[in-house]
Formats: sequence, C-alpha cells, structure tokens
Amino acid sequence: MTPAKTSHKPAILALADGTVVRGRAVGMIGTTGGELCFNTSMTGYQEIFTDPSYYGQLMMMTYPHIGNYGTMNRDDEARKVMIAGMIVRSFSDDYSNPIADGSLQEYLERNKVVGISGVDTRMLVRRIRTKGVMNAVISSEITDEEELIEKARAWDSMEGLELATKVTRKEAQTVPSDGSYRVAVMDYGVKQNIINNFVKRGCTLRIFPAETPPEEVMEWKADGYFFSNGPGDPNASASYGLPVVEAAKKSGKPLFGICLGHQLMAMSEGIPIRKMFVGHRGANQPVKNTATGLVEISTQNHGFAVDEKQIDESKVEVTHINLNDNTIEGLRFRNFAGMSVQYHPEASPGPHDSSYLFDQFLEMVKEGRGEKASP
Amino acid sequence: MPRREDISKILIIGSGPIVIGQACEFDYSGTQACRSLKEEGYKVVLINSNPATIMTDPMMADSIYLKPLTTTSIKEIVAKEKPDAVLPTMGGQTALNLARDLQHEGFWKENGVKIIGVNMDAVDITEDRQLFRDLMESIGIEQCRSRTANSLLDAKEIVEELGGLPIVIRPSFTLGGTGGGIVWNESEFERKVLRGLELSPVHQVLIEESIFGWKEYELELLRDRNDNVVIVCPIENLDPMGVHTGDSVTVAPTQTLTDKQYQILRDAAIKMMRSIGDFAGGCNVQFAMEPGSDRLVAIEINPRVSRSSALASKATGYPIAKVATKLAVGYTLDELPNPITQVSSACFEPSIDYVVVKIPRFNFDKFPGVDEELTTQMKAVGEVMSIGRNFPEALNKAWQSLEVGRSGLGADGYDNPDRKTIRERLVKPYWDRTMQIRNAFKMGASVEEIADITKVDPWFLQQIRHMVSLENRTEGQSLDTISKEDLYEMKQAGFSDVQIAWLLSKGGKDLHEDDVRKKRLEMGLKPVFKLVDTCAAEFPAETPYYYSSYESENESEVTDRKKVMILGSGPNRIGQGIEFDYSCVHAVLAAQEMGYEAIMVNCNPETVSTDFDIADKLYFEPVYWERVLDIFEHEKPEGVILQVGGQTALKLGKRFVEAGIKIFGTEFEKIDFAEDRGEFSKFLKRLDIPFPEYGTARNSEDALAIADRVGYPVLIRPSYVLGGQGMRIAVKEDELGRYVERILETHPENDFLIDKYLDKAVEVDVDSVFDGEQLHIAGIMQHIEPAGVHSGDSTAVVPPYSLSKEVIKTIEEYQYRIAKEMGIVGFLNVQYAVKNEKVFILEANPRTTRTIPFLAKATQRPEAKIGVKVMLGAKLKEFDLESKLKNWAIKEPVFPFDKFPEVKKELGPEMKSTGESIYFMDNFDDEHFRKPYEFKNLYLSK
Repeated sequence: MTPAKTSHKPAILALADGTVVRGRAVGMIGTTGGELCFNTSMTGYQEIFTDPSYYGQLMMMTYPHIGNYGTMNRDDEARKVMIAGMIVRSFSDDYSNPIADGSLQEYLERNKVVGISGVDTRMLVRRIRTKGVMNAVISSEITDEEELIEKARAWDSMEGLELATKVTRKEAQTVPSDGSYRVAVMDYGVKQNIINNFVKRGCTLRIFPAETPPEEVMEWKADGYFFSNGPGDPNASASYGLPVVEAAKKSGKPLFGICLGHQLMAMSEGIPIRKMFVGHRGANQPVKNTATGLVEISTQNHGFAVDEKQIDESKVEVTHINLNDNTIEGLRFRNFAGMSVQYHPEASPGPHDSSYLFDQFLEMVKEGRGEKASP
Repeated sequence: MPRREDISKILIIGSGPIVIGQACEFDYSGTQACRSLKEEGYKVVLINSNPATIMTDPMMADSIYLKPLTTTSIKEIVAKEKPDAVLPTMGGQTALNLARDLQHEGFWKENGVKIIGVNMDAVDITEDRQLFRDLMESIGIEQCRSRTANSLLDAKEIVEELGGLPIVIRPSFTLGGTGGGIVWNESEFERKVLRGLELSPVHQVLIEESIFGWKEYELELLRDRNDNVVIVCPIENLDPMGVHTGDSVTVAPTQTLTDKQYQILRDAAIKMMRSIGDFAGGCNVQFAMEPGSDRLVAIEINPRVSRSSALASKATGYPIAKVATKLAVGYTLDELPNPITQVSSACFEPSIDYVVVKIPRFNFDKFPGVDEELTTQMKAVGEVMSIGRNFPEALNKAWQSLEVGRSGLGADGYDNPDRKTIRERLVKPYWDRTMQIRNAFKMGASVEEIADITKVDPWFLQQIRHMVSLENRTEGQSLDTISKEDLYEMKQAGFSDVQIAWLLSKGGKDLHEDDVRKKRLEMGLKPVFKLVDTCAAEFPAETPYYYSSYESENESEVTDRKKVMILGSGPNRIGQGIEFDYSCVHAVLAAQEMGYEAIMVNCNPETVSTDFDIADKLYFEPVYWERVLDIFEHEKPEGVILQVGGQTALKLGKRFVEAGIKIFGTEFEKIDFAEDRGEFSKFLKRLDIPFPEYGTARNSEDALAIADRVGYPVLIRPSYVLGGQGMRIAVKEDELGRYVERILETHPENDFLIDKYLDKAVEVDVDSVFDGEQLHIAGIMQHIEPAGVHSGDSTAVVPPYSLSKEVIKTIEEYQYRIAKEMGIVGFLNVQYAVKNEKVFILEANPRTTRTIPFLAKATQRPEAKIGVKVMLGAKLKEFDLESKLKNWAIKEPVFPFDKFPEVKKELGPEMKSTGESIYFMDNFDDEHFRKPYEFKNLYLSK
C-alpha cells in the first residue's frame, strides 16, 4: 500500500517577496498566480473555493486538513471554482461523506485548479500578517525558483484590478419564488446563498450582468435593488456600478448592498474605499450592531474597506463595526432608503447570525410598496 | 456594561475530591474563576474539601474553607461571611447540585445571596430528562425517542413502544452517567434497569431509542447578559455514540462535517442555550448526527463549565472559565479583550490551525474483574491531549503521552495481537480502539470492514491507514538508505524515533532511538515550536503556549534568562493525580520567585499547570523522552526538575543523567538507589535502621524460599511500579504461588520483592524537606488503617493520634539520618511501620508525594514551594516554618467502587482511591475519625 500523498508530483509556491516553499501538487498540474490570501474558516472549503469574490486569488486555508468530506453539488456557491489556486497543509486524498458527489481532488481537476499541499501554511500566514498581502505563483511544472519569483512579481496587482465582469452572468436571468416581491440583483459575482436567501423570503429575482446599463435595470421595475459581492478593486467597478446605484437611489425603492455592493453604495455618497493591509477572511469575525449593541459572528471576505477616517456622518450612519479592529462593517444611508454591509450575512460558509439583514431589507421593500411592516 | 457593583463578595463552590467523571479540570476552572474575580476586585469566599487543589491555596481567595461539601457547611459559611452572590458553575455537578438543593430550600433567597453564572431553573430543566425533552420539542430540536420510567414495569412498556432492544438507560441526577448504559439483550435488561433506578436519587431512569453508532459532537458555548453567544470549540468524538464522551477519543475541531452540517449544530446549540434561561456564563451541548444525513438529535446540555470546557480551553487557548466568570459578574463579551492576543476581541470564535486529539486514560488494571467495555457510564480516570499539525501527528503524540509504555500508535516493538483478538477488541468499544484499528490495518483489513464493525467515521480510519502505510514503507528501508524526505514525512506524521528505529531494525541490525535521532539531526530534522493563539495566526499573540511539529518556521524564541524546565505528571491515574499537578504549579512559582524562567512541559488538559498564564513558557507536549529532549535542546535551560511530576517525570531521570543534563535537587543516582531494594536495605543496615526482612526473586522457587525464611504473611510486588501496582499480601504458600504467576505474566521483565508483612502494625507516613543541614518535617501522618493498606487509600491523621513520644522521636531521628546519609536536597518521604513500639522503614521516596498538598493545607505552609526552592539552592532557615495547624487534620480517601459494581470493595497494598478530602478535627469523638477507626480492618484484603 503506497500512500496516495507521495504519488503527487512536487510543486513550488513562490511569493513576490522571494519566499519559496516546496510541497506536493494537488488538483491540476500547471502554473497559476494571484494575490495570496488566507481564510481561517475551519469548515466550508468548497463554498470558499466557489465564492466569486475570491476570483483571481490564491486561497490558503489555515485549517490544515482540507478535502475531508469531499465535495457536494449543494455546496457550490457558483457554477465553477473561482479561486486561482489553492494552498493547504494536509490535503485529504480520501474523504468520508456518504452523501458526497466526489473527492476534492477530482473536483479541482475538473475545475482546472492548480494547488499545492504540504507547506507550512502558518509560516506563510505570519509572513502576510507582517508584510501585508502579496502576489504569489504556484507551479507543478516550472522548477526554476527565480523564474517563479519573477512571475509572482510580474503578476497583476489586485489594486486597480477589475474582475467583476469576469464572474458575472453573461445574460440576465429571472429566478422565481413563491412571493410577490421583486428584487433586482446586480451580479458582480453573486453567491448562490444570497439568491437562496431572497427566494426563501418570497422575493422573485431578476439578476443582471454587471455591465447592464441602468435604464435596462430600471425597466424591470423592482421593489428593491440589491448590489452583490464581487472580486477585484471596487474602484475599478465604479464605471458600470455607480450609474446603476444612482438610478436605483432615484427610484425611491430600497437598496441593499453586500461587500462590493456595499462599497459601491458608499462610493456613491462620496466615501472613498481603501485597500487593507491584510483583509478579513474567515467565519469568526465579530461584528457589533451599533443599534442593538449585539454582536454577530460573521463570515468575511474582503481586502478593501470603506475608509473609516473619511466617513461623512451627515450622509451615512455606521450601523456595524468590526470588534477586532474597529473597521466599518455596515452603513445605513441618510439620503435614501439603503443599507449595506461589508460582510456576508448569507454566510455559506459560516454562522447564520446575520441572516436577519435579509429580513430587514424585506421590511424596507414592504414599506416601499406601502405595505405595513410585519410586527 | 461593566462589572456589577451590587455585589462585592462572591462564594465559589468547588467540586471536592477527585472522582471518576469529576477530576482536576474543576481545579483548573475554579482557579481561573478565583483569579478572574480577584482581578476585578471582588472578595472571594471559597469552599472545597479537596486539599490538592491550587484553588484552595491562600493566594487564590480571601477566605478559604476546607470543609466537607455539604449544605450544612455552606450554610455555616454564608452565615459567617454573608456573601452577596454565589457562583456554582465552576465546581462540576457537585457544586451545581448543592446550589440547587439550597435553592429548593429557599436558602439563597432568604439570605439575599444572588446566583450568578446560571439560572437554577435551567439546572432543573437540564437535569430532568422529561422537562428537557419537552423543552427541546417546543423549540423544534429533535430528540431520541424516549420516556422516563419509575419502575421496572414502566421500563418494559417503554421498550415495547420503542420497538424493542437495544435501548439506552440513563438514570436521572447521577454524576458522569453513573448507572447508565446500553442494553443489548433481555438477559441484562432487568438488572440494568433496577440498578439505574437504585442509583438515581429520585428513582427514575430514562429509556431511550438507541442511536449507537451515530456521529457524536460537543460544542462549548459562552453567553453574556446581552444574549451574545459564541461557540468556543466544536469537538468531534472519534468513538461514535454509545461511549461516554469522557471515555471517547475526541478530536478538535470537527473533521468530517461540511459547513452546512456544522451550522445546523451551531444553530441548534445556540437555540438550546437560549431556551434554558438568560444567564450569563458557559454551557456545553452534546449532539448526535446520523451518518449520511443531516438528522441531528440533541443529547444533553450542561449549563456549567465542564470537563469538555477544560479540554476546549486547552485545545484553542481560549480561557473559557476565566471569561465565563467575567460574564457572570456583568461584563459582556464585546467589552473583553481576547486574553491570548490582547489585540482582538474575546467575542469571537477561535479558529485553530492544528489538530487536537484527546485520549482518555483508564486504570482497569487496579480493579480485577472489572467490565472493560466502554459504555455510556464514564470509567476513565484521566486523559491526555496532544496537538499536531495533522491528525496522525496528534494521534501518535497522544499515545506517547498516555503513559502506557507505548511510543506511538504501534510500530514500537510490541507484538501485534492475532486476528481474533483484534476483532473482539473492535466489535465492542474498548480503551485501545485506535491501536486495534491500526493492528487491523496491519493485518490487511479494509476501511469499509473496520467502519462496518466500529462505526468510526471512515476519515479517521483513512488517516490511520495512511499511518500504517508509512510504517510499511519504512519497514523495507535501513537507516543508511532512508531518504530525508521519507524520514521527514514520518516525523511529520508524529512517529517517534523509537518507532522509526524499530521499523528500520526489521531489515537488519538492531537500532536504538538514539541512532535515529543522530541521523535525523545530521539531516537537519528537528521539530519547530508553534504557538497556540486562538486565531490561526491572524493576529499576533504574546501568550507563550507552544506545541512541537515538523515544519519550517519556529515561533518559540529563546530568551537569555536563566531557565529551568519542569516536567509535569502526565495523565491522571490512580496513584498519580492532581496532587502532583499541585506540586508542579508550586515548582513553577518557586522557580519564578528564585529568578528563573519556568518552562513547563505537560500533556494533561485538566490541569492548572497547563494553563496559559502559569509558567513563563508552556510546552503542551508528551512527557516522553524524545519530545522532552527536543524541548530541552531548543531552550537549553540550566537543568530540569523531575521530583514534582511523579513517576512520569522521574522515570526519565536515567536518560537525563546519560545525556549529561543537570537534575536539580537530590542526585538522580540517589533517587534511583531508593528504588533499589537491595542497595537501600544495605544502606539501612549500615545505619542500623530496622526494616522488614525481605528477598528479591525472579521465579517461584526463589519466592517460596524467601517466604519460608522471613515467615508468612508476606507482601509480594514487582519492583519499579507505581501506587503499589500488582502488590499483594499472601498468608500461605499456594496463595504466594498464584501471585507469583500473575506477576510473571503482567511484569515479565521485573524482579519481584517478597517482604515480611508486619501484621497489625501502625503505618506512618512522613514528608520532609532537607537542605543538606537542616531537616524540615512537613508532617508525620499516622494511618488509621493498618499497614498493608496502601498509604494512598488510608485515612491519615496529622499529627499522630496515638504514637508514643519515643516512637515519634525515633521517626524524626531516622528521617534526619536517612536524609543526611542519602544526600537529599529537597523532598524526602519515608513510610514507616510501627509494631510493638519498634519502628521499621518500609520505603523512602526522594520526591514530592500525594500528601504534600494535604500537609500544605493542614499546616498552611507552602510545603511544595519550600521543597522546590531548596532544590534550587535556598536554605530552610530562610523560611517561616511554623505550622498553623490546631488539633488534627485528616486525609480521607475517596474510591470509585460505585462505577465498578462488579468489583468487590477491598483495600490492600494496591492503591484504588481516586482522590481525597481534608477534614479538620478537634477531638476523637468526631465521626470523621470514629468511623474509619471502627472499620479500619474491615476492608483489608490480601
């Protein structure tokens, strides 16, 4: 019995700062690069790998064993894997889950994802923590370390990078529900569980590709507008994102934004977005609701944030803050019916503490339709 | 909200003596609670009858009552101290039950004492199976189908309803599931139901649908007064449903749940905690999940800090008891910083980037005839925890920690049992299940076969199979040819040098672990040390809590201070329990006070010594030679302290001497010499100190000859054992023959000793400290039971109650001469037998003992600290050695016979007690003295 692990080819991970580590290839054999980020969730690798907000990023999982329960169709957050590459400490070739659809290895191969296993991920996390996020390259083909470091250095920086159009739907799509509420969803890389959360609450959705002109969106006459999460530098999505936000504001209907959507809504009120040193990526981030004083354990995935030093209190109210570093996690807008959060109330993976935000938005939609809010 | 100002004095109830199901984890939680409250400026009043606890040390509380844990004592204390509040969640079920009894009497209300940390209604609900069931139903949490029975007839009807056997029995209101279990067939049904009814104080048992074989999980929760809830740690049981969680191998975090499944657990746990009142504090929830589905059933909820909370705290670094205490006095989670990082919030859910394995430790060898099958009633006496960067590493380390003579999960030179034995040991759950799974793979079994028999989740089996495949690959190689990559992979999987040496020896010459060590160090293969930081390195953390792994980056920076390494005592077991951890903690404090950086090495998650802020540096590692040496070579301390960690630490002494490493205190050769009966007897002869006649034998002819020479009755035992293991009294020849046979079976490599047994002699136990000139006698303890009952099982009275002045003078003189002539520096314990005014020496132990903490509490002198400071060079004249003991203190042992109904209650030379309490007595009319005195000969066995 030869252990499966050693049958993997060697692979190298090279960072832009010159760090090189060697491990074993998992997923597809090849070369890939992107911004190296880490996620501290201990469960939910498949949801993370398919989260469009991670498009173009190399995902390093801090939990060492990845692949344990295989993959299941029901856990996909998008049609395909979105991460550019995967870095883990101990890849499970074998899995255990009677209701799984297949192994993670098969899944990565099918989705053409290059990965590396058997590296000291904790060392790399500490490096990023002290030096800030940086680009990196994984290769199971190239063995020249210098060449790989150069490749990592030459990789496109996330700053200024426009990626939402790479992951958005190509055509508008209607998703029916049992209810009568109509919500227009701007798809910058919307997660499946956001769609599920709306549909569960009786919202019929019209999901628009990222670059849909505002007129076309407004034509559908939605009861509310939702601006989704998505990858890349939000500033680079402003050209097509902001006109729709402005048009939605004028409609008098409520607006709700998550992650990239939140940043676009903030930008529309003149609040700048800054790149963070490390970012928040995990399922254990404490967010305090300033209105209730209660804390939600939230799923987060962002490398950019609303600049807390340039908040204009006359335009927005800060509704949520991160307890770890006091960054802004949620806003309510004074000039229009809108709310937005930087984190992910749809979870998947992660705790369900913040799902009430969908209910709140639904109340705003009802109010906008002149219905009485639920008691 | 900040701390409550309406209370200023708080009563904490401890958990009393160590029993199965309630061990030193409650010293850990109680100690954290005391420190946490004192930090906030509250006055702390404490009651606990267990003298071996750190929480009962003078610095821990403002008033400490070492009194029996009864409602009467609590009433007296409340009358005297008038506390404003009581915190009953830190002392296990004992404390909670006491608080509940007093609540039902209306006592707390009458006296204006507020209950903090829990709602008493919540306790009522969680302890009453039917109430709990109804509540769960009302909030939509699924339960096993079940009903309570108050009679055998009820029980029979319920079984019919449930569709027959197997079923599970759970008696109401018993500790650690006492009396519970699965009933497989008709023949055992009546007996088990009746026993359950008898053991339940309300004569009630729950008859439940069997979910044997389902996956089992535990979540540790914290909630504040604003209703914020966090899950500190999810734990997965490797042993599926059917084995008490205290007896199960458990793993943190969960390994086999998808996020959607885990969130079902998390949502349910939060819902459950919110349903049992709105108290601020900690809580533990247990679930079962059907494999291959999302069906979840709730098993139980404990509204208090538990054994699992201690494990979760050590597993994540998050100090649950400390934070739970702050929440109980009014803080909210978002106001508190994470004590580990100091930069992030305490209101979060720890993320860990390693795997934690807990393996329970059992002591069945002490109870011949005991049913070793694991059931829903807890039988373990202790546990070990290990940390690795992957499951194989953690599992191998856990086996290295267990103190069962193994160097990992197999592959260490012990014969593999035959197919039939393996199968028998897998069909039903036993303590060595993971080892038997490894053996089965070694025999060529498949994951499917083993999963089918054991119901253990295949992921764990796949991991063990991978370990076996690494073994197999290594077996074919030699030390000269093995590649660095292959060796590195073995080390990353946690294999010890002993295991690798054994595997590599198969192909050729015999290797020693030192050969492997030398080779791997030449290759540059040495462990690094990683930090336990609650946050997977997302934030910087200062807390010096480390584990070893084979990786690229080392995080443990060595300071330039002078250092001492203290070895802990490993898992609790009979003969070596909390008493040694007590001394370990004092050794740390003593070393610090002497200007040393104190480095602690231990693997017992229940202990105070492994708390994150006790030692200057904590290595949560097996107290196993290779691991300890790795740490030593990294830290390069001045030397090591072995005398506080019991046999676990002491048995490494020889290796330290060989490695040329300094051992503080008495020279190791002297310690070793005290164990060598021949040498020690010669020594006593030279000093003209009497001892019972004896002889050393290797076979039964020798044994019988010696017995004839010294005369029956004789005491027979293997040499080099702990807690009188395997020791027996034989009154005649055939009996002696039987015992010899048994020893030859269980300890084939040891010599054995035959001593003249001094019938009806009085036993005296003396702890002391010697600094080279002066002898400090910590206490002379006279046993009530006759010599022949193990000192750990005896009721001991200090000072002696019936020894003559001459005898005491003789004892003091012997003690001084032995200390002086042996060259003791530090602790010396000597056990004496007194017969007809003549004093005999039974044995000498140059180390701390089980009784040091008892004496420290009796005299109010820090005996453990004094001893360690003397080892580090202090002189006795520097200390205030005055005893504050008025009248007498009694050490009362506690036994686990209620957990092992099939075992006869008998006392003999082999220790059986799990713990002890202290009782202060003013006169001999006291029933605490009178009772054991009356029965002193009753349980003496042979």
